[in-house]
Amino acid sequence: MNSPSLRLYTFAAPSRFYQLSGWLVPWFWAATILLTAAGLYIGFFVAPTDATQGDSYRIIFLHVPAAWMSMVLYVVMAFWAGIGWAFNARLSSMVARAIAPTGAMFTFLALWSGAFWGKPTWGAWWVWDARLTSELILLFLYLGYIALVNAIDDVRRADQAGALLALVGSVNVPIIYFSVKWWNTLHQGATVSMTAAPKMASTMLTAMLIMSFAFWAYAFAVVFTRTRAIVIEREAHAGWVAELTRGRMQA
Amino acid sequence: MRDLFLAVLLRDLKLASRRRIDSLLPVVFFIVALSLFPLGVGPEPQMLRDIAPGIVWVCALLASMLSVGSLFAGDLADGSLEQLLLAPQPAIAVAAAKSVAHWLLTGLPLIVATPLVGLLFGMSMPALLALVAGLLLGTPILSLLGALGAALTLGLRSGGMLLILIVLPLTTPALIFGAGAVSNVEAGLPAGGHFSLLGALLLATALGAPVATAAALRISTE
Repeated sequence: MNSPSLRLYTFAAPSRFYQLSGWLVPWFWAATILLTAAGLYIGFFVAPTDATQGDSYRIIFLHVPAAWMSMVLYVVMAFWAGIGWAFNARLSSMVARAIAPTGAMFTFLALWSGAFWGKPTWGAWWVWDARLTSELILLFLYLGYIALVNAIDDVRRADQAGALLALVGSVNVPIIYFSVKWWNTLHQGATVSMTAAPKMASTMLTAMLIMSFAFWAYAFAVVFTRTRAIVIEREAHAGWVAELTRGRMQA
Repeated sequence: MRDLFLAVLLRDLKLASRRRIDSLLPVVFFIVALSLFPLGVGPEPQMLRDIAPGIVWVCALLASMLSVGSLFAGDLADGSLEQLLLAPQPAIAVAAAKSVAHWLLTGLPLIVATPLVGLLFGMSMPALLALVAGLLLGTPILSLLGALGAALTLGLRSGGMLLILIVLPLTTPALIFGAGAVSNVEAGLPAGGHFSLLGALLLATALGAPVATAAALRISTE
């Protein structure tokens, strides 16, 4: 059988996506491990100790990339969910669903590592700072999405309802961010300013960037693996899945 | 479209007038929940004055969210919701009429009860006026977003809690500006900015939420 010509939508077919992602996932895992090792090595052994914060600042190499990922993944999730809804593209909806737990995990990681950073530097696990509060609300948005799509048994309805909620949420994220920001400045003087941090040493920035690439690779690996599971689950009636499982059983 | 809007609105109001006790539940919940706070945090007048705007807003939020869950449930159960969506007029009219009905039946009674609550918590007259004005602008937002949540969670097993979980994060801006206006008035600062922002939020929500609610109703009843 000759292979079909490669087009933009070639891999929107769940069967081809399954093949492609199966081939890609090990590479993403390898990239994750290598980049994490490199990033953490530079972060912990090469980057200089901070003049004011000592060594406690080093959690930045987890914290900041996690916070970036948490926000980017929400937008990506809303995007694919919206595409899946608008064009009835099954795979897009599956990807959106697969992204949500990873996004929520990164949001939680950002909050948790922030608490570990806050304790030594601010003297408190948590302050009602604008960034922390909006990150917390972002976590609630993720949880709401996950809860909604899991509460609906009908797959099609779950995908569409989730898409609508994710889109409404992504419209709201900037509004929430600014309202929390103004709320914070009105209630208390800015006790903590993270924007006015002293200029970063270039090794610190390098480590942070490498760590965010590592997190990207991790996100791809996990999201693809999860999507593969969803594909198998939903396409169980399809011929190629039956063939695949039969092959597994014989092997 | 206007006929459908008015028909649905008047029908909901009439239905509510036949079940008077049911319609009073949100405002009773509001007052009961608020009177638990002094029991919980202690009766010092100054502290109660300080926390009053915030807890009034939070209780209004909860009262709206708890009551909005049944907004479409009755119509779904007796099949009239499907008929309404089959009508040639756009479903946005249904979504808007339902939101307005919910506000008239829940938001407005809460606002009427608020001066009483203000007295219980010893709020000053200007602060009380700011609170009522903020609620006038803010509670419609709660009804509009609540209707969206109710449409998304229509007919689900854990609908009530789920609705609260998905809608509450979206309502934080209204809470912030509504309660913030009162704090500003109490501190002698101008509160016009807060009211402008609340008004802008109301306009944006009034334009966007019925469209989203109509889409959610179509998704949920397909």
